[in-house]
Amino acid sequence: MLKQVEGSKAVADAVACCRPEVICAYPISPQTHIVEGLSRLVKAGELKNCEFVNVESEFAAMSVAIGSSATGARTYTATASQGLLFMVEAVFNASGLGLPIVMTVANRAIGGPINIWNDHSDSMSQRDSGWIQLYAETNQEAADLHVQAFRIAEELSLPVMVCMDGFILTHASEQVDIPEQEQVDAFLPPYLPRQVLNPDAPISIGAMVGPEAFTEVRYMAHAKTLLALEKIPKVAQDFEKIFHRTSGGLVRSYFCEGAETVVVALGSVLGTIKDVVDELREDGASIGVLGIITFRPFPFEAVKNALKNAKRIVVIEKAFSVGIGGIVAENIKTSIADQATPVYTVIAGLGGRPITKTSLDALFHRAFSDSLGPLTFLDLDQDLVNREIIREGSK
Amino acid sequence: MKKPFAITLEVESSLANHTGSWRVERPQYVNLMPPCNNACPAGENIQNWLYVAEDGSYEAAWRALIVENPFPAIMGRVCYHPCQTACNRAQLDEAVGINSVERFLGDHAIEKGWSIPVTAQPTGFHVLIIGSGPAGLSAAYHLRRLGHEVTVREAANALGGMMRWGIPKYRLPREVLDAEIKRIADMGVKFELNTRVDNLESALKEGFNAIFLAVGAHIGKRAYIPAGEAAHILDAINVLHDVEDGQAPMLGRKVVVYGGGNTAIDVARTAKRLGAEESIIVYRRTREKAPANDTEIKEALEEGVLIKWLSTIKHADAGVLKVEKMALDEKGFPQPTGEYEDLEADSLVLALGQESDLSLLKDVPDLEVEDGVVKVNSMMMTGHAGIFAGGDMVPAERTVTTGVGHGKKAARNIDAWLRSIEYVGHDKHDIVEFKDLNPWYYSDAPRTVRPRLEGARRASTFDEVVQGLDESTALFEARRCMSCGNCFECDNCFGVCPDNAVIKLGTGLGFEINLDYCKGCGICVNECPSGSIVMIPEKS
Amino acid sequence: MATAPVKFYQVGSFAVGNRLLPPEQRSIQSDAERTNALTSGHRACQGCGEALGARYALDAAMRATDGKMIAVNATGCLEVFSTPYPESSWRIAWLHSLFGNAPAVATGVAAALKAQGRTDIRVVAQGGDGATVDIGFGALSGMFERNDDVLYICYDNEAYMNTGVQRSGATPPAARTATTQAVGPNPGNVFGQGKNLPRIAMAHEIPYVATATVADLRDLEAKVARAMEFRGARYLHLLVPCPLGWGSASCDTVRIARLATQSGLFPVFEAERGELVSSTPIRQRVGVEDYLKLQSRYGHLFSPKRREDVIDHLQANANRNIWRYNLVNADTKNADLLEPGTLS
Repeated sequence: MLKQVEGSKAVADAVACCRPEVICAYPISPQTHIVEGLSRLVKAGELKNCEFVNVESEFAAMSVAIGSSATGARTYTATASQGLLFMVEAVFNASGLGLPIVMTVANRAIGGPINIWNDHSDSMSQRDSGWIQLYAETNQEAADLHVQAFRIAEELSLPVMVCMDGFILTHASEQVDIPEQEQVDAFLPPYLPRQVLNPDAPISIGAMVGPEAFTEVRYMAHAKTLLALEKIPKVAQDFEKIFHRTSGGLVRSYFCEGAETVVVALGSVLGTIKDVVDELREDGASIGVLGIITFRPFPFEAVKNALKNAKRIVVIEKAFSVGIGGIVAENIKTSIADQATPVYTVIAGLGGRPITKTSLDALFHRAFSDSLGPLTFLDLDQDLVNREIIREGSK
Repeated sequence: MKKPFAITLEVESSLANHTGSWRVERPQYVNLMPPCNNACPAGENIQNWLYVAEDGSYEAAWRALIVENPFPAIMGRVCYHPCQTACNRAQLDEAVGINSVERFLGDHAIEKGWSIPVTAQPTGFHVLIIGSGPAGLSAAYHLRRLGHEVTVREAANALGGMMRWGIPKYRLPREVLDAEIKRIADMGVKFELNTRVDNLESALKEGFNAIFLAVGAHIGKRAYIPAGEAAHILDAINVLHDVEDGQAPMLGRKVVVYGGGNTAIDVARTAKRLGAEESIIVYRRTREKAPANDTEIKEALEEGVLIKWLSTIKHADAGVLKVEKMALDEKGFPQPTGEYEDLEADSLVLALGQESDLSLLKDVPDLEVEDGVVKVNSMMMTGHAGIFAGGDMVPAERTVTTGVGHGKKAARNIDAWLRSIEYVGHDKHDIVEFKDLNPWYYSDAPRTVRPRLEGARRASTFDEVVQGLDESTALFEARRCMSCGNCFECDNCFGVCPDNAVIKLGTGLGFEINLDYCKGCGICVNECPSGSIVMIPEKS
Repeated sequence: MATAPVKFYQVGSFAVGNRLLPPEQRSIQSDAERTNALTSGHRACQGCGEALGARYALDAAMRATDGKMIAVNATGCLEVFSTPYPESSWRIAWLHSLFGNAPAVATGVAAALKAQGRTDIRVVAQGGDGATVDIGFGALSGMFERNDDVLYICYDNEAYMNTGVQRSGATPPAARTATTQAVGPNPGNVFGQGKNLPRIAMAHEIPYVATATVADLRDLEAKVARAMEFRGARYLHLLVPCPLGWGSASCDTVRIARLATQSGLFPVFEAERGELVSSTPIRQRVGVEDYLKLQSRYGHLFSPKRREDVIDHLQANANRNIWRYNLVNADTKNADLLEPGTLS
């Protein structure tokens, strides 16, 4: 059903259609509207057979989710930024235990300095946590990815993080085709846990594993996570059959075929990039866009296929690894290691700084002439930082 | 369900890990000697029969008791219960009233008419017992249970020896005595009354395979007391005997008893009951040194008997005695002081101990007599093969219980001797002391006091002074037993083991340590209330 | 009150079992068919109080729930010694997640059960004192505040034993640990206000709060049973001596717990909805020294120089408990101190 709604509301409605049994959350901007919406649905009795637990911290939120999921309940939570970091120990634990929890990350910067606006520093910090990470480009996709996330998670017994840009998506009102309950029911079967805490068939979950088997446990986690690279496209196909629209998958190619310059990005910034690319293509430029939807596990093959004919690659990312540079770019380079294609890393949109079409247009023109450095901070006030570095360096 | 590798485990899979290998010491269940059992002259397994009685299994308890002693009802009245003196519970609150429980079981058995079947195969041996006092009857009972034919010859006209002629009926009612003797007669022991054995040699020729002598000590000891012709001096044992015969002697209004033993007390109390206004005991030493049982002294005093400690009688005359006061020297011995006083007395009863009449032994070879008693070896056998002796006629404490113990010991040795084997008793376990127990676990419960007749009332009657316990109080008392040194299945070891390494075998079967898992921490030993688990080092 | 002749059962309910009691009055631990929630083969030290306490408590909880129970465990000794791959000592449905989150995980289990309509299954969470009073304190408070249907059991051995005996918020004053060593002018742990979690739990006004020790099994079992009669958040604080960390003999684990109660240092009581409803009177009162002397963590109070001031301070703490929880009645014999060393 098409509705003009805020992104958070769309996600809340989509999650509700997935019939979660336990939702737990601790408020943090910009995740709040999602859980507020869900709490209202539970309280009003519209979302039945569901417990909404107001916890005292994000650490508790993920911990409640762990207990609930291990007891065989479909479990959902949402967080952002500092909240995600506060629950990190439990985030790793959830994947280690193989619990199919679905969590929304309303992407936001990490302090200090404290900053409530959007970038990808939070979820990118969890790229090694063992969770599947999906990045939504639009509010429609955000809603749809949640429906798919439960199925991916439960079929693989792995937790899934659905990342959507804070404010840009969460607080933006757009027209969204909200999934219908019957459609979701047809798409998402009831949760059949791989294992469950059951007094009638007791097991001990969460053993201590020493050096004699820890490597094997971790290898199996890796191998199992790689299965998602087959699972996710199939789930997206099934989704399309039932919902009659395309959402999810591993990557999304936009005029990559034959393009000399391919811009790679994740999340909502893809929309702006596509607008600029459309204009450049009208001017005859050979440029395409590769959107990465599934960032973990990293779809090496899909990326490699999309980029195999590119002459240059520009990776625009909203987070970076201090002391090295691009995070996504490094993954891209690994997937095309046998090519000599130059990869330009562009860090953009940190802490909510707008990524404007003007800036992108200028950036891509520099790319066309291969005059980009290996690492660019988009719209950086170079004079200011130079001045400050000198000041701080002086005695 | 596909459980994840390593992170999820099967329940109780740790049973594969045998933590017993950590152990350097292991707990071991033991049966130790409770002090009560150790102190019992009759060798009763007191802890055991109390344990059986604790759940109300009175018949089973009684049957456990009579394995060692056929007279619980008598014991429950006349035994001076050294078991209670030794009882570890005295160090917690008060000793267990073992004697009163024994009496309850004995009386209960009489009331119910329980009998004792002889199940042993007849041996064909025939044993003669001379004397039907505690030792003789006990020997007869045990020999009969072992399958032997037994004939008891008694010089008097009734059975029981000193239990009848020495102990007044206010302490031991005759129907109780008769009932417990009858039970032995019902087992097939032959009794021949009014049959004095004068010559042992001829008795041996009658074809008995063994003889047990238990003639007791019935002759009152004489002491020289200067006396006027009109002095009325009697012998204590004769007084008690005559009272029992229904021919109470004339003692007068004021009676003085000379001596400090139980017989002196018995006579003084009997005199009261015969109507004496004053009954005074004169004894040359202090109360602490008096051989009489303290309870009896107390009861006598309650009944109005007066006792003059540290006093000797220097002269007796009609109606008056001259008494000299004594004083203790630095070594604690009484010495004359030269201070005299006169004491009015219609009669003087001498209670200075008894001697045995050993005239029947005169022609028997190899028998040794020393200090008026017959010497016996560790088998209770005299110097003459096949002739055994016990009770007051051999060197020992002269109590009913000791006599009963002698009878048992002699019977078991006679049995072995007849079968030409050696009697081997149980190895004596180490005695459990209070410090070996963990008394925390025993409920707080002071001892139940037995009801007694009021002193004033009982001084005028031969009714039994001390009454029995009713069932609930007897049960209470039995349950005060701490089962020192013996497992009483309190489940503490089973419960307190952090490793579930104690196996409960079921009621009556106790416990076993599962050495696969026992780490040897020792908590079970520490927390065993009765001290019946010990740690022993593992062999390396 | 009339002195009716009471039925007297030798060891009454002091010992684990009592063949003289009717079966329904016997302890759960005396039953050969008890759950053995934590069974043999675990790797706890010899004489481990926590292993004992866990079995006592969980077997009682299993009885109270008719076997319908799920347990959540915080990281710590209990978790490590019970479930090192490839062997588990548990015989119940059991989940370990992290050190500081057991109360929240248990909340999740309870929420799942409620959503699934399976509230016949009850939830127990458990952890050591570090997991409870320190790292998991926030989660525990949250669980209390929401009144989630969880019984939380703290096995208090008064320090971080699994990591090598470091101080926790539950470490008592003057006790030596690896991070409060017996050096300097004030050796051992500081005299602070302590973090008295039972009282903090009471301040949440949750339905039920109780303390107990491994020295009084029947009391412990009764409290678990009582706790299971309530819905909502419940807290049981269980003192479990640790031979390793306390420097006591492995055979003395139960004895030391007993001395802790009989000295007044560890008050045994229960509270409902924030109000104290009962306390277990001291039966044979001892001075704190009897308790302290069995533990090398207090060795510096007696050697090389006797620290009368510190012992007095600890005795004052015990006296305060006795007053506060009404642990002795002036007219009963437990008011007088026993001779030192009397109580085994």
